[in-house]
Parts: sequence; C-alpha cells; structure tokens
Amino acid sequence: MTVLHERVPRVADRPRTGRRARRRTPRERAVLILALLLLWSYAVVALAPMLVMVLDSLRSNAQVLSDPLGLPGSLDLSSYRTAWTEASFGTYVRNSALVTIAAVALDVCVSLPASYVLGRYQFRGSGVLIAYFLSGLMLPIRLGILPIFYLLGSFGMIDSRLGLVLVYAASGIPFSVFIMSAFFRGLPRELEEAARIDGASEFRIFARVMVPLVRPAIATVVVFRFVPLWNDFFFPLVLMRTTGKYTLPVGLTQFFGEFQTNWSALFAGLVIATLPLIVLFLAATKQIVAGLTAGMGK
Amino acid sequence: MRWRTAVYFLVPAFLLYTLFVVYPLLSALADSFWRWEGTARGGFAGLANFTGLFTTFPLNHQLWPAFWHTVVFFIGTMVVQNTFGLLVAVVLTELRFGRRFFQTVYTLPYLVGGLVVGYLWSLLLSPSFGPVNAALRAVGLGSFAKPWLGDPSTALPVVILVNAWQYVGFPILLFGAALAGLPSEYAEASRVDGANAWQRFFRVTLPLLLPSIGVVSILTFIGCFNTFELVYSLEGAQGNQPTGPGGATDVLGLIFYRVAFQEGGADAIGQSSALAVLLFLFIFGIAVLANRIVRRREAELT
Repeated sequence: MTVLHERVPRVADRPRTGRRARRRTPRERAVLILALLLLWSYAVVALAPMLVMVLDSLRSNAQVLSDPLGLPGSLDLSSYRTAWTEASFGTYVRNSALVTIAAVALDVCVSLPASYVLGRYQFRGSGVLIAYFLSGLMLPIRLGILPIFYLLGSFGMIDSRLGLVLVYAASGIPFSVFIMSAFFRGLPRELEEAARIDGASEFRIFARVMVPLVRPAIATVVVFRFVPLWNDFFFPLVLMRTTGKYTLPVGLTQFFGEFQTNWSALFAGLVIATLPLIVLFLAATKQIVAGLTAGMGK
Repeated sequence: MRWRTAVYFLVPAFLLYTLFVVYPLLSALADSFWRWEGTARGGFAGLANFTGLFTTFPLNHQLWPAFWHTVVFFIGTMVVQNTFGLLVAVVLTELRFGRRFFQTVYTLPYLVGGLVVGYLWSLLLSPSFGPVNAALRAVGLGSFAKPWLGDPSTALPVVILVNAWQYVGFPILLFGAALAGLPSEYAEASRVDGANAWQRFFRVTLPLLLPSIGVVSILTFIGCFNTFELVYSLEGAQGNQPTGPGGATDVLGLIFYRVAFQEGGADAIGQSSALAVLLFLFIFGIAVLANRIVRRREAELT
C-alpha cells in the first residue's frame, strides 16, 4: 500500500519533469554558462579566505611570511601545538565548550516546561505572558551590560563561568519559547488525554509523552543557540578577568596580541575556533537552512 | 492542569529571563536619569546625561562621526545584500542541480562569527605579508596593493565588504525561499502576455519580493547598528582609542563599549546608560516602523 502510494508522482513534481525534458536553446545555454561562472567565482571568493586560513596553519611561520601564496609542502602541525599548549587554547576550548553546552542545556531545561504550558493551555494572562517572553526576540540585550555587570557583581559572579552561563541561558529563552511553544501547540490533544486516562501525572505526561515529541524543535534550538554563544565575544570580554576562565573569542584576542608575528599559529588559532562550527554546520545543514528561512516559503 | 503545576512549569524561565534580560534593560533606563559618581548614585539628573553625550569631550567629537559611519556601514551592507544577494538567489533558482552545494558554501562565512572573520581578514589584508596584496602583485596589479585597513579612504569600504562577505549567505537563502514560494501563475501569465525575461523580473518578480527585501534590510539594520566584534578585530581596537585610521571605522557599538568600560569617567554609568537608551530607541523605533511598512506592502500585494 505504501509502496504504491510513493510511486504516484506528486502534482508539484509534474511541471518540473516537463521542464527537464525541454532542450535548452543556444541562447539559454550561453546564459547558463554565465550563471555558472558567477556562482563558481563567488564560491571561490566565499571559500578562499577559509582555505588560506587552513593551508597557512599547516605551514611553518617562515614559509607563511616569506611566501604568502604558497601551498604547504609537508604537513606541519607545530603551529597547532604552539596554539594549544603555549597559548592555552586547550583551556579556551574547554571553557567555551563548557559554557556553551551548559547555557544551551539550561536554556532548554527552563524553556521546555514554560513552552509546554504556554503552547497548550490558555488561562487568564497567558497571552500577556507569551508576549512578555517573545518581546525578548527584539531586545538588544547587550545594551543592558552595565546592570548585568553589577548584578553579577552582587552575586560574586564577575569572572565566573556560571555567571556567563546564566546570562547566555536567559538571552536564549525568547527564541526557545518561540520555537518550542509553536511546536507544542501543533501536537494532537488525544495523546495526553490517553495518558491522563491511564492515570499518568502531569509531570509524567510532560516528560514521557510530550517532550519526546518535540525533539525536532529542541534540535533547532540547540543548533541555533549554539552558534551565537560559541562566537560571542562581548560578554566574556566584559565579564571575564583571568586567562584560565577565558572562552575562545576572548582568548583569541589575547592570542592576537601576544603572538602578533607568528602568523602560522594565528591561523591555527582561527581554525581551532572555527572547526566545531563547521562540523556542526555540515552535520545539520538541513536544519540550519530550514531554520534561517523559516516562514518564507509560503 | 492545576494552577500550582502550571506555576512550577513557568517560574524557572520567567525568573531567569526577568532577572538577566528584562531587569538590566529597565535598570539601564532608570540609571540614565540619575547622576553617578563611580557606582554611587547621586541626585536626579533629568536629561543631563543625554545632553552630556553631545557636549563632553571626547564623546562630542566621536559620537556623530560614529553615527554616520554606522549609517554608511548599514547602507553599504544593505545594498550588497539586496543586489548581489538577490542576483545570486535568482540565478540559483534557475539551476537544475547543485543548488544546495552553493547555498552551503555561501553560508559558511555566516557561521564563523564576527571576531574570527575580522581577525582572518586583518591577516589577509595586511600590507606587507598579506595574501591579498601578494595576489595583486602576482597578477601584475601591484600598483593596486595598499594598506587596505590603514588607509582612511579604503578602511570603511573594506569593513563593509568584509561584513557583506560574512552575511550574504543569509539573503541568498532568504530570497531563495521567497522565490520558491512565489506562485508560478504570475510569471506564466506575463510570459503568455509576451513579457521578456527582464520585464518579468522587474515588473512581476521584484515587486513580489519587496517584503523579503524589507525583511533583509531590517535585519541588516539591526545587525549593523549592533556591530562590535568585526570592527574590533579587523581594525585591532585598543583601549579607548578611536578605531581605524583617524577613527575612520569608529561605529556606535564600539563607542558604547568604550563609554561603559574604557574611558573610565566617574559618570560612566549615567552616560553609557543614556547612550544605551538612545541606541535602543533608535534601533527599536526604526525596526518597528520599517516592519509596519513592510507588513502594509505585503498586505497590499495579497
């Protein structure tokens, strides 16, 4: 039955197959060649800087400075060793990973139950509460940096990774509530009613029935919060004081000051800061492209 | 669901969000109206902090130039996004395969983050050892080689291009999705009516894309007026010094950071809070206004 169903071409496919069968005229072919030329040239412009970054990180510093356009002859990983140990990139990566993962986890943990209630129940004030959370989508939270600074100071949390985690998690709540409450709203009622008849408690219904169903929304939130937090420079620049607690972007700034002349190591540092994001992107391209264009393809 | 359970579910998110997002912004608003001596609050200041932004040295010499740099920065970026980005998106829709590949490639710089992009390009554009000048010399265009980021006439344009390079993947994706969502009847009807490809694009497709162009412009506006990392790293910002040659790339995001944390005046809290309030009103106000115009145009189209 399902096999039969899959074989029937969808209506939307028909015009495309029709178009594919049509031969291109010479004029159309010329336009196509021009178009491909444009696309490939810009692909080079988009990729070349990152390619140079990777290639130069694999050459010795003397080579990088004497021949800016050269290619690596043999694989030279010494700049990575320099960045990782001498410039304590190991510490920065650990701090960044720790802070980013903890912040995203905390954000999801507090936003999930709130989104569940806001997405599935209507009560007096629920509309106001939703608007209250969603207004944060447009608030430039950085402008509150001084009060945040003194607030964390009063908790003894200046130069504390926990303080950074709290600020990051809070800044993600509007987006998380926005995505997850919409998802909860779309789930069918029957599921929780069946569980309720079976005598499951409200917490159990939430944790065992509803949360597993919104996994796609959780994935979107995780991917989309991870990137800006991993890259964030402003908050750790203001809030962190000791090198041992720096996240990658602040560490990078210090590194660029201290290793000014060791270009090969500088490139290696940039690669280290970028690699996790590239891996994430290639693993989740589909979600990212879909998320960036959410609501556009009507 | 009982009330008590609902409260348990809502309270953690509510507290965290209120304490670290809403309270600081409201607090900055309140702080802007008081006199400050270090962290001690003095008397009510009225609008003195606001007028002080435009009258006290060195801010009075830096704020307006930074504002105009930011405006130019925004307009330049927006023009690239909405022309080149749109062109690439249109070309991509005509492609039979490989669209995902190009989209992925063009979006990669978007992920890297402003600070890394700035540092990367500061190395690439370096006057003596940078690959960009080396490439120019290699193809016989050595006379065009110059200290791109140190020359007052090229510094801001280069910052704009680097910013556009980083973000152009986003309008390409957005326009691509919008183009895919356009009903094909309009294009077909105009084709039947004998319109050529140019007419079809400028008379039919482009007007239908205006809402998307509006969205891209608004997001670019918000992004540009919050820009901080890119210029900080690209021009190697130092302490409370203006950034770029002769302060040519000083933007509002940098000024805000300097007023709050670098210039170290006794009234830093009052002044930076006043600046935060002005920036907030300006960015938020224009974004909301533009959003309303875009919505109205969208309603007219459908």
